[in-house]
Amino acid sequence: MTSDVRGAGGPAVDLRAGSRRLGEKLVLTLLWVCAAASILTTVGIVVILFSEAAGFFREEAVSLRGFLTGTTWQPFGGAQGKFGVLPLVAGTLLVTVIALLVAVPLGLTSAAYLSEYASPRTRRILKPVLEVLAGVPTVVLGYFALTFMTPLLRATVGQLTTISVFNAASAGIVMGIMIVPTVASLSEDAMSAVPQALREGAYGLGATKRHVVHSVVMPAALSGIVAAIILALGRAIGETMIVALAAGNLPNLTYNPFEQIQTMTAYIVQAVQGEAPRGSLTYESIFAVGALLFVITLLINIAAARFVRRFREVYS
Amino acid sequence: MDQQHEQARVDGHARTPVATIADEHRRNGARLDSDLARQAAAGRTVRDDAAVVFDLDDVTVSYAGFPAIRNVSMQVRERMITALIGPSGCGKTTLLRTLNRMNDLIPSASVEGTVRYKGADLYARHVDPVEVRRRIGMVFQKANPFPKSIRDNILFGPKATGMTFDADDLVEKSLRGAALWDEVKDKLDSSALGLSGGQQQRLCIARAIAVEPDTILMDEPCSALDPIATGAIENLMRELREHYTIIIVTHNMQQAARASDMTAFVTTEVSHDEDGRDRRSGRLIEYDRTEVIFGDPRDTRTEDYVSGRFG
Ligand SMILES: Nc1ncnc2c1ncn2[C@@H]1O[C@H](COP(=O)(O)OP(=O)(O)OP(=O)(O)O)[C@@H](O)[C@H]1O
Ligand SMILES: [Mg+2]
Repeated sequence: MTSDVRGAGGPAVDLRAGSRRLGEKLVLTLLWVCAAASILTTVGIVVILFSEAAGFFREEAVSLRGFLTGTTWQPFGGAQGKFGVLPLVAGTLLVTVIALLVAVPLGLTSAAYLSEYASPRTRRILKPVLEVLAGVPTVVLGYFALTFMTPLLRATVGQLTTISVFNAASAGIVMGIMIVPTVASLSEDAMSAVPQALREGAYGLGATKRHVVHSVVMPAALSGIVAAIILALGRAIGETMIVALAAGNLPNLTYNPFEQIQTMTAYIVQAVQGEAPRGSLTYESIFAVGALLFVITLLINIAAARFVRRFREVYS
Repeated sequence: MDQQHEQARVDGHARTPVATIADEHRRNGARLDSDLARQAAAGRTVRDDAAVVFDLDDVTVSYAGFPAIRNVSMQVRERMITALIGPSGCGKTTLLRTLNRMNDLIPSASVEGTVRYKGADLYARHVDPVEVRRRIGMVFQKANPFPKSIRDNILFGPKATGMTFDADDLVEKSLRGAALWDEVKDKLDSSALGLSGGQQQRLCIARAIAVEPDTILMDEPCSALDPIATGAIENLMRELREHYTIIIVTHNMQQAARASDMTAFVTTEVSHDEDGRDRRSGRLIEYDRTEVIFGDPRDTRTEDYVSGRFG
């Protein structure tokens, strides 16, 4: 720390790290440990999930192929049980698709309104409200589906077709409402992040606001919007309470949204609540279904990442 | 001092002889003799009969109630290049954006006074800003091509405004018009963001002329470009002048002197409000033929600015 100027022949200047670096190293180690812990936990869960599921497929009564292609799910019959998972997968997809049909249009319009049309004041008020909506407990929503949405559907669409008390439509619509805030809030972030210069460029050419929104802002925000939808999709696929309460518990291979169905998550709840003894087929099937759920979510994420890479407009 | 500001209104090119400090200075016989003055004088002569395109009368533009530029009165004539020069922050961009209602996009901005475009009041109640911007195109300080292909950039405006057009013809014509065709004709479908900065800016000009506007506003289009790209854009402006009215903001004295027919000098003035706080706002000081602004300005502030003595 001396300030004298050394000549060319003097001793070299000391460039080694001082002691203040010690604290920095400590913090770094701490951060590393935390990151490692969360990664290890995730890895642990995945390992347990798949090793238990592997136990299921080693049983004589089931095969991986029969599991993935079978159309009958009767898991509670012991060795006589039928473990074809397609009805559960179909139930999950049916509810999820209905949820997306509700959430994507609603969420994107809300996002476009908030980002492009609303005054800064309105946005300041509405966005937090929207985000609070995301925090409504799902058990409340499930109850809402059962006691409000189902009667509403029966009073309207019910005139044309029979609607069972438990049905995929009611659960799907309410699940859609549940994920609207996720889609809207994250898409709004993505749209707001589109540089104002791009909008001005479009306005400067005589574009209308509507044109600017769907030809400039939406494409430029595409990767954020897709990410928002994927996150919402993940919540929908994994959602348990609403479907358990409102969609029923009948593994039913159908595309009719007004029938009772069972989703993968609802089955897991049902099986865990029943007294399936550890090591039994039913018990192990929980892990098989869980592992499949995990794989499906993973595949959707990968597909979305590819989609985004292909179609996004990079603007920076 | 105040008399001098009222002078800034230039009706045509007739100048009212009012004794000002600058006039005093001129009578002393000190005509500016500089490269800039010579370049400005070498330009073509201004047609005195050109029709008035923009007629600004006592225009004041404010942000959140504070005037950024005030009491501007001037007339911009058809098929000429009019340069706006002045120190940073004096309100050139603000004034330019007032001319095609771009300031509508800034919630806090407000405009007083009248802006007439070919006789029509731009800020009248029934005027559609979208229609205004279709006729009065804009090129921004920083090139802002859309993150789409070169072709889609050109076709964006025509599609947005519902023009009927032949896509291939229009793309070629616009790119040729912006002196970019030869460089990009083989990669029309690749991203516009893969172009160099100068090419991007010319693409933005091509995009602007694709909608066939009458007038083009350019906000420092060359500020990020090297001298070669700048030269290309200046040549382009001279060609565009045959068909379009161009208003260009520039910090580059050389550019204003070389390329423009008319020049307006705007500067920041500090006044004090009741509480004794500084209020800065831009004023139009002098507006005249470019050769006059650079060779024989009336106002000492103009003279100081164009001769680089601005402090
Ligand atoms: N969106 C805005 N909101 C509030 N004030 C603004 C806004 N845009 C510009 N101003 C203010 O208005 C004044 C003029 O700004 P303007 O951008 O018109 O200057 P300029 O002459 O173009 O400057 P430069 O040469 O640096 O581009 C500045 O004091 C600036 O702070
Ligand atoms: Mg500016």
